[in-house]
Amino acid sequence: MTAVATNKDTGKPAGKGAPGRLGRAVRDHAGVPVMAALGLLGFWLFPEDLGLMTRILATALYVLSLDLVLGYCGIATLGQAAMFGTGAYAAGIAAVHLVSDPLVLLAVGGVAGGLIALVTGALILHAHGLTLLMLTIAVVQIVQEVANKARDWTGGSDGLSGIDPSPVLGLFRFDLYGRTSYLFALAVLLVMFLVARRIVRSPFGLACRGVKEDPLRVQALGGSPRRYLVGMYAIAGVFAGVAGALTAVSTGIVGLDSVSFTWSAEALVMLVLGGTGRLYGAVIGTVAFMAIHHILAASDPFHWMLFIGLFLMGVVLFLPGGIASLGERLSGLLSRSPSRTAEGDRP
Amino acid sequence: METVFGIAVDGVAYGMILFIISVGLSVTLGLMRVVNLAHGAFAMVGGYIASSVMQGAGLPYELALVAAVLLTVLLALPLERLLYRRIYGSANELAQVLLTIGLCFVIVAGMNYLFGPTLKRIPLPDYLSGVVMLGPKAISAHRIFVIGAGLTALVGLWWLLERTDFGIRLRAAVDNPGMAAALGIRTERLYAATFALGTGLAAFGGVLGSELLPLEPYYALRYIVLFLAVVAVGGAGSIFGSAAAAVALGVIDTAGKYLIPNFGEFFFYTALILILFRWPHGFFKRGTA
Repeated sequence: MTAVATNKDTGKPAGKGAPGRLGRAVRDHAGVPVMAALGLLGFWLFPEDLGLMTRILATALYVLSLDLVLGYCGIATLGQAAMFGTGAYAAGIAAVHLVSDPLVLLAVGGVAGGLIALVTGALILHAHGLTLLMLTIAVVQIVQEVANKARDWTGGSDGLSGIDPSPVLGLFRFDLYGRTSYLFALAVLLVMFLVARRIVRSPFGLACRGVKEDPLRVQALGGSPRRYLVGMYAIAGVFAGVAGALTAVSTGIVGLDSVSFTWSAEALVMLVLGGTGRLYGAVIGTVAFMAIHHILAASDPFHWMLFIGLFLMGVVLFLPGGIASLGERLSGLLSRSPSRTAEGDRP
Repeated sequence: METVFGIAVDGVAYGMILFIISVGLSVTLGLMRVVNLAHGAFAMVGGYIASSVMQGAGLPYELALVAAVLLTVLLALPLERLLYRRIYGSANELAQVLLTIGLCFVIVAGMNYLFGPTLKRIPLPDYLSGVVMLGPKAISAHRIFVIGAGLTALVGLWWLLERTDFGIRLRAAVDNPGMAAALGIRTERLYAATFALGTGLAAFGGVLGSELLPLEPYYALRYIVLFLAVVAVGGAGSIFGSAAAAVALGVIDTAGKYLIPNFGEFFFYTALILILFRWPHGFFKRGTA
C-alpha cells in the first residue's frame, strides 16, 4: 500500500510502468540508434532534399522543447516561437558580428532562449488556462515586434542574412549540398534528445510531471510547483534556443516568421499530432507534418490546409494519443487484456 | 481633441464588433468549456454568405444580414452535433484545440475554393454610407449603426440571461453542469441552443464588421487571437465582461494605431499583458473556466 502511494507521489503516470520491463529496455536502448539509422538512411535515399530534411531535424528539436513544457508540465503555450526566434536571432547576430564556430553559436542560441524563457516564465507562469495562453501569445507578438523594429540588428522584415559558420570542430566545412549541415543537425538532435530524456527521468523531471498531475499535492509534499514550472520552462527555452540557432546555422538566414504566433501554433499541432508527453512523439509528429506539408503545399497552400485540417480532426476523433500511441495501441490489442489499451493511453 | 474624439468613436465601434463576435466564444467557453478556435471561421462564413447573396442574388443589405445569420447557424448546428459534442468539458483541452483548429483550416480552404482568395466586400446601403452630424462633429453612419447594434445585442443578451427561463437554466448549467442535469435541465439542448446563438452572433458581427475586419480566407486565423484576447480579458462566460473587454481592447488598439502607428502591435500586446496581470481571471469572472 505504501509502495503504491509513494509511486504515485513521485508523479509517475500509471501507464508508463505498464508495458513489460523488457519492452521498455528495448525501447530505451534501441530508440536512439533507430533514429540515427533512419536519419542516415534519409541521407542516402534523398540526397536532393537535404535542405528540407535539415529543417525537419531542427524543427523536431523545437517541437521537442515544446513537449518538455506541454507534455511534461502541462503548460499550454502558444509562445514557444519566442524562444526559438530569440535563439535564432542571437546566434545569427553573434555569427555576423562576433564568432563563427557553429557549436559556440548553438550555445549562444541556447543561452538566449533559456534567458528569455526564464524571465518571461517567471512573469507569466502564475496564470492558468486561457489567460496563460494569451500571455504567451502576447510575449511572442512583442518579441516579434522588437525583432521587426530593431532593423539595425535583425534586418527587420528583410531578415537577417550573412551568417557564415566556420567548419564544425574545425574539420567539416558546410558544403553547398547541405551534407554537413544535415549530419550536424542529426547529431545535435540525437544528443539533445538524450539530454531531454535524462531530464524528464531525473527527480526534477518527475516532480514536473507531479505538478502536471496534481499541483496541490506537490505543494502539500513541500515542493514549489511554480519553481518547477519556471525551471522546466527555462530548460525548454534552452532547447528551443538551440533549435533556433541550429536553423540559423544550417540555413544561413533568420526571418521574422521564426518568431511568429503561427510558428508557435504549428509546433503545437506537430506535437499533438505525434503525441504529447512522449519525446518520440515530438519527432514523429514533426516528420509527418513537415513531410506532408512539403508534398501538398507545393501545389496549392489551400490543399494543404484542407488536408491537414481533416487530418487533425481525424486524429482527435480516432487516435486521441497521437501517432506515437499507435504502436502502443496495436501491441495492447494484440497482447493480453483489452484494459491494457486504455492504460497504454497517455494519462 | 479631434483625435481623441475620432479614437473614441472608432474605438468603441471596433470594440462593439469585437464584442458581438467574441461573446459567443465567451459563452461557449464558460458553459461548454470549449476553446473554439473555429469561432472566427463562423464570423467569416457569415460575411461571405452576406457578400455572395447581395452580389449574386441581389438581396438588400438587411435581408443579406438575416440570411447570413440564419444560414451560418444552419451550417454550424450539424457541426455541434457531430464534432463539438465529443469534446465538451475541460478535460481534453488539447483535443479541443486540435479539432477546432483543424475545422478552422478546413473552412478556410473551403471558402477559398468557393469564393477565391480575393478580398470580398459587402456594399453598404446609402443610408449607412453617409455621415451623420452630431452637433459640430461628423460621424460615419455605419459607426453609429454598429454601436447601436452592439448595445442592442448587449441589452438583449442581458435580458435573455437574467430575465428568461432559458437564462436561468443556462446560468445554472454554467455554475454546475452536473447538478443542473440532475435537476432535469436538458443540458444537451441548452448547449446546442447556446452554440447556435453564439454562432449567429458571430455571423452577425462578421457581416457588420466587414469594413473593419476585411473578409478574406485567412480572416478566420488572423483575428482569432483578437477574439480570444477579448474572452481572456473579459472573463469566460461573462456578457458584461466581454463587452467591457471588447470596448477597452478596441479603444486601446485604435489609439495605438492612431497615435503611434509604428508601434501599434507593441502597444496593444503590452497593454494586454498589463491587463492580464491586474485581472488574471478577466474583468468579471463567472464559472471556473
